[in-house]
Amino acid sequence: MPSAEASFDLRTEGDALVLRAAGRWLIASAAALDHALGRLAEIAPGTRLRIDLAGLERLDTVGAWLLLRTARTLEAQGVVASIENVAPGFAPLLDQVAKGEPAPLPALPPESFADRLVDILAAIGERTFGAGAEIRELVGFFGLVMVTALRTLRHPSRFRAAALVTQMDRSGVGALPIVGLLSFLIGIVIAFQGADQLRRFGAEIFTVNLLAVGILRELGVLITAIIVAGRSGSAFTAEIGAMEVNEEVDAMRTLGLDPVELLVLPRLVGLVLVLPLLAAYADFMALVGGALMSWVSLGVTPPFFVQQLHQAVGEWTFWVGILKAPFFAATIALVGCRAGFHVSRSAESVGRLTTLSVVRSIFLVIIIDALFSVLYSRLGI
Amino acid sequence: MVRVRGLRTRVGGRVLHDNLEFDLRHGEVLGVVGGSGSGKSVLLRTVIGLIEPEVGDIEVFGEDWRRLDDAGRRVLEAQWGVLFQDGALFSSLTAAQNIALPLREQLQLQPPLLDEVTQLKLSLVGLPGDTSAKYPAELSGGMRKRAGLARALALDPQLLFLDEPTAGLDPIAAGAFDELIRDLRASLGLTVFMVTHDLDSLIAICDRVAVLVDKRLIIGTIAELLRDPHPWIQAYFRGPRGRAALAGLNGQAVG
Repeated sequence: MPSAEASFDLRTEGDALVLRAAGRWLIASAAALDHALGRLAEIAPGTRLRIDLAGLERLDTVGAWLLLRTARTLEAQGVVASIENVAPGFAPLLDQVAKGEPAPLPALPPESFADRLVDILAAIGERTFGAGAEIRELVGFFGLVMVTALRTLRHPSRFRAAALVTQMDRSGVGALPIVGLLSFLIGIVIAFQGADQLRRFGAEIFTVNLLAVGILRELGVLITAIIVAGRSGSAFTAEIGAMEVNEEVDAMRTLGLDPVELLVLPRLVGLVLVLPLLAAYADFMALVGGALMSWVSLGVTPPFFVQQLHQAVGEWTFWVGILKAPFFAATIALVGCRAGFHVSRSAESVGRLTTLSVVRSIFLVIIIDALFSVLYSRLGI
Repeated sequence: MVRVRGLRTRVGGRVLHDNLEFDLRHGEVLGVVGGSGSGKSVLLRTVIGLIEPEVGDIEVFGEDWRRLDDAGRRVLEAQWGVLFQDGALFSSLTAAQNIALPLREQLQLQPPLLDEVTQLKLSLVGLPGDTSAKYPAELSGGMRKRAGLARALALDPQLLFLDEPTAGLDPIAAGAFDELIRDLRASLGLTVFMVTHDLDSLIAICDRVAVLVDKRLIIGTIAELLRDPHPWIQAYFRGPRGRAALAGLNGQAVG
């Protein structure tokens, strides 16, 4: 029957049906046996069935389960089933499996349309309240960090200068190549696109103004913040999260050390100091890229570019952009660190929260940028 | 079932085993003891093919994993189960999914049978049915080990490797785990290779004990080992803890 190794046959002997199992009823043959045994469901109620194991060579838990399950399901249908000729070697296994018979899974009632609708509404509500709780918690964390910062301010000797320098090196100096390259390329792209459009009005020279205002006010700092959120925000979450998994954070607490002071403050202060510098560097690189493109496509020489730049830029233009950087930095650091503390003890949660922290900090950076736009327009700068 | 001859392993420049030999007989439980860092876990990992030895023959079911191709090795590996120290359950899967994973990968079972077999394995190791939907992080250490054992038993192996199965468990849970292994061995006919520190579980379930000293294994029953003059073995079995554990062995000559 099913396979060369494990088999059974069914025949009528006297007043009873006899199922003779033979061969090696092992897990490897389970799929075929399962399929073949499924056909026995047609045995009429009231029949006597003897399951004869005399021909069995080997048996494992799955094989034993298949035999027992067959007997049980048929009994439930009114067949009188019995298992006979069990070799002494198989008896303990059959007992063990019979003892450990899996509890039937509770049958789930079929879901109606109304149930599904309620589920969807519940999910929306849960998400909404969840978002509210998130914001409340982030504000709470911000408060906690501020209190710790003020306490450290009173005892400046407790501030970890070495950790601060390490963090500035990692999230600042380490980001220079990628921030520089991307800003340079963005400068080129904007100059090219701007020149292309403005040429139609004969106003190519205003490409320089477009570059100056666009990059200094918005793009330089925004691109820097997004890169840093991806680079450093994720690193903060993963570092603190891995420490949380190893119970290092708990160990700190038991040693009377404050994880916020040790882990969050250096990262926060470091990023707040470093991001404005990175943004200024990004502004510079983007303008270099823009100048290069203007020279190539419009024939605007660098000295002329600089001259035009002076006219385009007001006294506030540069600072309007750079002023936003510390706020972006604080957001990225706080979101990143807080997500790290939320890691539960599994590898998967480190990954999930790292993703979450990057997405959330980029989202918040853009929201804050929009708020700044509103603020600046009210202030008229 | 396992035959090791002339084994030499070197880890990080340090020779851990030199000319090590042992046989694991069909149906027995062999406990391996030794000082911390003496290479017990390394020995286990070498036998199951996670660490490459320098020289030596390792035969499991008469085959050396180093001489097999990838397909042959997978077939061989499916015939033994391994329980790592903390269970090594996949943290992104529930307990049931952890157990179902090897079944899914190796066999084509129908979904109902797959669920039944998974539940059966869980109950075999004494875990309640509601454990199946839980993630490893939600389980206690003892339950993680039981779930790890269920996963090791998923493919109904003949041979089971256990790496410190009772380490980190409270004495009651450790005792229950010993009993579980003894029961499973009786009903499933398992052969067990067990690395342990636990004197109580040595006495409770091991037929023979292998002591890893001087980079080799000295094997015997506990009564035989008690007569061995090696200082480490004497210190191990006749130290305060050894005496206390052996005192529980009624009828055996202690002293």
